[in-house]
This record gives sequence, C-alpha cells and structure tokens, in this order.
Amino acid sequence: MSQKRLEILGELIPKGSRVLDLGCGDGSFLKYLQTSRQCFGYGIELDDANVASCIERGVNVLQLNLEEGLKLFENQSFDVVLQMDTLQHLRNAETMLKETARVGKMGLVTFPNFAHWPNRLSVLKGRMPVTKHLPYEWYDTPNIRVATFNDFQELAQKNNLRVSKAFGLVGERPISIFANLLASTAVFTLTSTLSTGEN
Amino acid sequence: MQFKEVLPLESGASLGSYELAYETYGQLNESRSNAILICHALNASHHVAGEYLGQSNSKGWWDNMIGPGKPVDTNRFFVIGVNNLGSCFGSTGPMQINPATQKPYGADFPVVTVQDWVDAQEKLVTRLGIENLLAVMGGSLGGMQVLAWSMRYPKRLKHAIVIASAPNLTAENIAFNEVARRAIVTDPDFHGGHFYEHGVIPKRGLRIARMIGHITYLSDDVMNTRFGRQLRRASDLSDPDATQAQNYLYSTLDVEFQIESYLRYQGDKFAEYFDANTYLLITRALDYFDPAKNFGGNLSEAMRCIEAKFLVISFTTDWRFSPQRSQELVKALLDNHCQVSYVNIDAPHGHDAFLLEDPQYMSVVKSYFKHL
Repeated sequence: MSQKRLEILGELIPKGSRVLDLGCGDGSFLKYLQTSRQCFGYGIELDDANVASCIERGVNVLQLNLEEGLKLFENQSFDVVLQMDTLQHLRNAETMLKETARVGKMGLVTFPNFAHWPNRLSVLKGRMPVTKHLPYEWYDTPNIRVATFNDFQELAQKNNLRVSKAFGLVGERPISIFANLLASTAVFTLTSTLSTGEN
Repeated sequence: MQFKEVLPLESGASLGSYELAYETYGQLNESRSNAILICHALNASHHVAGEYLGQSNSKGWWDNMIGPGKPVDTNRFFVIGVNNLGSCFGSTGPMQINPATQKPYGADFPVVTVQDWVDAQEKLVTRLGIENLLAVMGGSLGGMQVLAWSMRYPKRLKHAIVIASAPNLTAENIAFNEVARRAIVTDPDFHGGHFYEHGVIPKRGLRIARMIGHITYLSDDVMNTRFGRQLRRASDLSDPDATQAQNYLYSTLDVEFQIESYLRYQGDKFAEYFDANTYLLITRALDYFDPAKNFGGNLSEAMRCIEAKFLVISFTTDWRFSPQRSQELVKALLDNHCQVSYVNIDAPHGHDAFLLEDPQYMSVVKSYFKHL
C-alpha cells in the first residue's frame, strides 16, 4: 500500500483503537496504525509468506482461515475490524460481514469496485475486465466475489452494519460523487448496529 | 548446581536438597537482559545445542534452532538449558541416592509437576543472577513449562514461545501415556520401581512405551511415505534371498514390515539410555498439567495475570498436540488482551515437526527473535 493510501485510510481509524485486521497481508497497514495512530491490534492472515512478513515487522499476526469464521473472538471485543481488499477473496463474504458487526464496534471495508468504468467498458465489449486493479483472468482470479460500490451498501445494511462514510478512491484521490462509476476502490466505514443497540 | 534449601512440591511433599544440571551458551550481557531459558520435553535434557568436545553424535536436541547464527542466535543471546527434577540426565531423580535411605530413590521419588519444575528453574535462574528472562521457550511438554512460567512468574519473563503444546492433555493423550506406563510397570524387571537394587532394567516395558510414544509423534502420511508397506527383507541388500524378499514370511513373530523394524530400533535405543521411573514421572507431570483447573476450567481466567508477549506455534499434522489446542491458548490470550502471534506451520511430520528443520518454522522463529 502506498504511503498516501496508508494516510487516507489511517485517518479513518480513531487514534488508540483496538484493531483486528482480517486478511492483513504483510502487516504494513497494521504497522502504520501502531506507529502513527497508536493503535493496538492483531492481523489474521493465512498465507505463509505474509505471516512471516508480519512477524518480521513486529506485528501481531494470527495464522487462521477466515473461512472458519472468527470464533476465537468475543462479541464487541474490538474498536475496529478491518477488511482491506479481503472481502472479494472470501467464499463466506456475507458471514464475515456479520462477524465484523459482531466482533467490532466499527468496520472499515475496502474492495475493488467492479462498476469502475474501465470494467464496464470491458464487459460492454463482451469480455471480463483485466485491469490494473483486477489484473487476473476470469479463470484464475482469487477475487471470487466481485461487487460494485452500490451492491455493497445494500449488503452491509442487511448484516447489522450502518454505513457511516462511503467514498471511492481513484488512484490515491478520494472521491464521493459518482464513486460507483469513477472509483477503482470502494471504501466504507461502518458502525455495528449491535454496538449502538439499533436494529 | 546444588541447592540446599527445601523445595516444596505441588503435591504437598518436598525435596530436601537437590541438584539441577544445566548448560549455558553465549554471553550474559552487562545489563543481564539477554537470557533465554529453554525447557525440555519428555526425553530430552539440558544439552540443547552444540557438541561435546571429541564426542561425535553428541549434538544437542535443539541444535538446529539454537547456536551461533541460528534462529535463537547465541551470538546475541545467553541461552540456558536445564534438566528437570525427576529426569535421568544429571538433575536429582529416581536414579540418585535418597539421603533418607542411602539407596536410590526409585519409586520413592516424589511426584513432580510442571509447576515444581518451573519453581526449581526459577531458583536456578535467580542463582545465575538473572532477575528477568528475555524469553522462555519450549516445545510440547516444554511449552507447558513456558505457560507455567508466564502464570507463576509473570513479571520475570518478557516473551513466551510455546511450540506444539496444549493447555492440558486430552483423554486420548492421557490414554497413550497410561499404555506406556502399564508397559513399564508390568515388566517383571520393574520390581515396583526398585529395579536398580536387583541389577536389572525393565527394558521390555521401556521399549514398548517408546514404540507407542513414537507412533503418536509421527503423522500417518509421513509414516506411509517413509515406510509404507515395505518389507524389511526387501530393503536388506545383504540378504542372499533378495529375489524372495517380496514374499511374506507368514510368521507372527519375525519382523516382517519395515515399520516394525524401525519401531523396534527406536525402542531398543531408548531402553538403553532412559530411566523407567523417569518415564513414569514425566508422563504423569504431563497428565496433571492443567492450569485452568483451579479456575473452574476457565483458561482465560487462569491466564489473567499474564504479562509476557507470546509466540504460539503449532503444526498442521500434529495430532498429539493439535493446532486446535494451541488455538485454545491463543483464545485465552486474546480474551486477556495479551500480545500474541500464532503460526500454524504446514509441515508433514506430525508432533515431531517441532524438533525438525522446516524453512517456514525456522524463519518465523528467527524473525521473532530479531525483535527481542
């Protein structure tokens, strides 16, 4: 993740939060949150190389399979649960949103926006998109859940998550107007309605 | 090192005076802040790394992990290996003379627990002039000692490295231990644990104990890869009947399969150097370990006092101390907001993997120790 993106997304996390990062990759965002936002947290990651990178960085990492849920974590035990470019890899994407709402008071979710205009163009031409942000062919992509900016808003509400902020990223530039068309990455901050007592 | 003071034991008994065998590697720094204690498992000792001068085949049991430039780098750290009470490698144990009777302790050696071992280790560490350990590290039963350290002396260690371990033994695990113990105790040479004075050793029992233990340390896959259904004679090139070697002997008593030959070899080797009473004591210590017991079975409550930062490692094919058991530990640490990393190493070797060289395993430990 670029420094600029670390800063834009880091801004969304209240300082000193207890953070759980689902699919934390090499741990760079968690490291950034620890050093620049005084956060305390754990990452969950399955990939061996990424787990080793986290340990190398001095980030707490737990090698667990997200497809098995978050059974090690108690209700509302984290201030923030992160899913940065994780959702699209999960078979149980919806369950994981429910789990996010159960375990965290707040959620931060990012994913590649399938309705980004180059993707639309490609589909119009009759081909699945292969772009900078979705660089895989349809048959070998790890992105098994492709969603659009608008799709996600709907699903979040269904799973005890109220959207508090929604915007898109065009490269490193945040945009909030026509995000569904213009943004390559969708960014959502969510409040767990289980923490606020809403239904 | 000799200790004259009485060591009260968990059972209520006590040891009047005792000796602890230990080895150290590397240099203790001026601030005495680079000490790492290594806890051994069932059949190991204080000799964790290096070779004794002029003795080939004397490599320490964790030599691939500990030494100059290795994951636990003795160029940076002062590493202490200690032999536990009741063992048969130099520390006070059943083979030693009981001052009360002037005869070997034998079966009269008091039952010692993981907690007792840790208490004795603490005395040793203190005597070495070390107030705070940088880390305590161990695998299997050694990992249980690390846990006990972190609960009993929470302020005395900064890091706890628990490998292929569990917060207690399952019924199946206790069952394996019991089969091993029955093999020893029912050996006619056991003499109620006082076999030393009869000049015999219950080797048959020890062999069988080791054979069953060994099966549980391996995985089905690794056993099949290594031995499969291979016949022993087929692999014996000196056999003049090599052409006949693929035929069964149709014997119930001969060694037929390669795996039988391997297990017998392991059993024989073990019976040569290991003490039967020690085997009973150490497997019992494993059975008894259960820090949650005094907290109504609630491990999170039991671990509330923990201050150390944890690295927990399990191995995917380890069925004796399965990854799920390590995850119970992780859960209790998470409940207490402790710092913890957990790595589940994808290795084929079963429980034994914690003693073997695996690139991911070694690199994770190395990276972790870099930050200490």
